Amino acid sequence: MSGASDRRRAPPQAGAAGADRPRAARSQTHLWVAQRVTAMVLAVAVAVHLVTIILAVRGGLSAGEILGRTRGSEAWLAFYCLFALAAGLHGAIGLRAIAAETLGLRGRGADLAWLAIGLLTAAFGIRAAIGLYA
Amino acid sequence: MDLRPRSHPTYLAFVVHRVSGLLLALFLPLHFWVLGMAITGEARLEGFLRWADNPLVKAAETVLVVLLAAHLAGGLRVLALEFLGWRRRQKDLVAASAGIALLAGLIFLLNVG
Repeated sequence: MSGASDRRRAPPQAGAAGADRPRAARSQTHLWVAQRVTAMVLAVAVAVHLVTIILAVRGGLSAGEILGRTRGSEAWLAFYCLFALAAGLHGAIGLRAIAAETLGLRGRGADLAWLAIGLLTAAFGIRAAIGLYA
Repeated sequence: MDLRPRSHPTYLAFVVHRVSGLLLALFLPLHFWVLGMAITGEARLEGFLRWADNPLVKAAETVLVVLLAAHLAGGLRVLALEFLGWRRRQKDLVAASAGIALLAGLIFLLNVG
């Protein structure tokens, strides 16, 4: 989600402008890598999710049909947990980029808040995945 | 001053990717929270699914499927640009992304009916 904006942003300047420039540059690099790694996981997971949705809605959805597929299945549990973690982090990093560009919301405090939001979102997803498994 | 042309298909692709990502990121916590609540028993999940049979919910789900497919296809385009250096035929990649998104929505609609 932050691809175009990240490429557009000027690289951090070295020198006396600020002591935490290297930290900011490192942070940008980590976020860029995290966004791309989660994107690659999501590329597969979203494709599987879309195909599953389209197949599942044929003839109508039922709780028995959904739970029959997921209950006791470690493979679906692992898939949905990884999917939720990647989606939670990917969404939070994307929202962070939009908030930084449009609202000027930046800094270490904001970054920690976005990390918390991403992990909390993922935790809700993992709770739902456990509900489908148990 | 940003002088890049805004009528180019890749700018439209950027806007679609950003808007779809924003809407999906806002929807995601709600989706997980509602699912977590619904999956506390088969009867409760069944009740939620019957509520979701409402045509308005189905219309919203179709929009979500299109947004998800658009963000997926747009994201694959960005990854192809960055990691594979696919800088030629940009317009074709944008058109293919749009086609995938609309196709996913259409197949969903045909199956949900």
